[in-house]
Amino acid sequence: MMDKETIERIKQNPDYQELVKKRSGFAWKLAIAMLVVYYAFILTIAFSPKTLGTPIGDGVITVGIPVGIFIILFAFLLTGIYTWRANSEFDALERKVKEELREEIGA
Amino acid sequence: MKKIIAGLLLTAGVLLASGGDAGVSGQRDLNVAAVVMFLIFVAATLGITYWAAKRTKTAKDFYTAGGGITGFQNGMAIAGDYMSAASFLGISGLVYLKGYDGLIYSIGFLVGWPVILFLVAEKLRNLGKYTFADVASFRLRQKPIRILAAFGSIATVILYLIAQMVGSGKLIQVLFGLPYEAAVILVGVLMIAYVTFGGMLATTWVQIIKAGLLLSGATFMAIAVMYHFGFSFESLFEKAVEVHKNHEAIMSPGGLVSDPVSAISLGIALMFGTAGLPHILMRFFTVADAKAARKSVFYATGFIGYFYILTFIIGFGAIVLVSQNPEYLDAAKGTLIGGNNMAAIHLSHAVGGNIFLGFISAVAFATILAVVSGLTLAGASAISHDLYANAFASGKVDELREMRVSKIATVVLGIITIILGIAFEKQNIAFMVGLAFAIAASANFPILFLSIYWKNLTTRGAVIGGTLGLATAVALVILGPIVWVQILGNAEAIFPYKYPALFSVTVAFIGIWFFSITDKSEQAQKECEAFEAQDIRCQTGIGAEGAAQH
Repeated sequence: MMDKETIERIKQNPDYQELVKKRSGFAWKLAIAMLVVYYAFILTIAFSPKTLGTPIGDGVITVGIPVGIFIILFAFLLTGIYTWRANSEFDALERKVKEELREEIGA
Repeated sequence: MKKIIAGLLLTAGVLLASGGDAGVSGQRDLNVAAVVMFLIFVAATLGITYWAAKRTKTAKDFYTAGGGITGFQNGMAIAGDYMSAASFLGISGLVYLKGYDGLIYSIGFLVGWPVILFLVAEKLRNLGKYTFADVASFRLRQKPIRILAAFGSIATVILYLIAQMVGSGKLIQVLFGLPYEAAVILVGVLMIAYVTFGGMLATTWVQIIKAGLLLSGATFMAIAVMYHFGFSFESLFEKAVEVHKNHEAIMSPGGLVSDPVSAISLGIALMFGTAGLPHILMRFFTVADAKAARKSVFYATGFIGYFYILTFIIGFGAIVLVSQNPEYLDAAKGTLIGGNNMAAIHLSHAVGGNIFLGFISAVAFATILAVVSGLTLAGASAISHDLYANAFASGKVDELREMRVSKIATVVLGIITIILGIAFEKQNIAFMVGLAFAIAASANFPILFLSIYWKNLTTRGAVIGGTLGLATAVALVILGPIVWVQILGNAEAIFPYKYPALFSVTVAFIGIWFFSITDKSEQAQKECEAFEAQDIRCQTGIGAEGAAQH
């Protein structure tokens, strides 16, 4: 277990602060984006089921089909964006933090 | 090990023999291709189990495959856990029956994944060791938190197992003509063999192989359907609308989610429930670090999303190619032979003949085996690691002893599952998966989430709030329309909604919050102070469990 002093020193490290702030901010933004899209979809179905049943043009395909496929792709895309940025930018920052704190964490 | 293999060969013989009998009695013709392919799968997976058994020496190997699974492999395994026979046959069957509603359901199951990635996955990896209770009890009192988490895990696992077992018994009965009890026993025995001998390594590889087979089979079916329609979605949908009895209605949302409360409640159950399923959470400890944990979810989301698009095409393909063909219909009732869940199975015959039907049937069987193995391992870990080693022996226990306990727990759980699977054959089990998700969302998830994110969480808050969430979920499911009206035969439901998650999750969060902030004990203060050290480990992985060196 780390002692209080070590904790304070890590917390004061500007790179650590930047890492936590950037990564959490990004993660929450993406999570909220996913929730907004999903609940917009679900509430549209609950309150106005006809909307997604509107045919596109003269065919039988309705608005709901591309919207549904879009949500599946959107979910995949979001995980891709987060993974890509976290595994490059955030991990580099994390390595830098660990390097600077080598003494404190006894690595 | 040798005895088990001999026993299985014997069972296989029975399978072939009884399959033949059933063919004579007219239940279903024996599909030799299906039996042969299934036997090949069993032989291959037992080979893997043998290989894995030699590499499973420590508790870490047993619970987490030594932490040496790659992000891609783990993504496949997670997707495999999620693509159960119930979701493959159930969702394609739902599309077959109602069209668009099937897609709504799939989307609900998928959108939990990005949220798990952003908020839980890497933190879980950095804090935990073998089970999610490791994370929840990181800075809280071990005993009460472990007991509650283990209880939540075991309840989720057993409900899920019963649902899978009953479904599988019936499926195998239709596919192979094997008696229900024999099917359940066969699944149970194989599952015990994989888990006790091969631990997480075997369980993961069985899952990966099955995910590969299922994705290939479903891809082939979807391509065959699209080939039939000249790769034009317009003509596929046009023809489906023409022949389906609901016509245009299959292209728009139907009755699946009718009112806003049900809609939101279902969404919460699926999203938070996924993030509280012990067998899924456990997979995050099988990779080396947070980076690999992220990759796992990325691949898993891709595979699962792709799979759901395939099931949508398969369902619509079945509307056109199966529902019009008297060969697949029960002449007396005018419904599908074996029920709507057989839509994908019949479609495999329609597009690929007996050989492909055999392949898909064998894959469905393999799917059941892989999913129940993952569940059993999660349940056994909760018993051996949380209850035995940490709650009762206070962490002072020899690793080998702990591993032995978890093997015993696997065998006991397996036997219980076989007995319950047989006992519930004729019961209505529709509520069980829903209840499993509700418990996972209302007890496991809030404790896990708040332990990571909320500084002021205390043991008292977590235990009381988590218990309230669990009790509310169970009570509302019993008082709801499925159990209270359909099973117990009362006229009207006391609780009007099918999905209790909106209420039970709220109760859990409020309970945890209230009993934490009013906790002024010295212990509570210590727990709050320990948050910062935990958070640093959470954010950076400093001090986290690494992969085993082999």
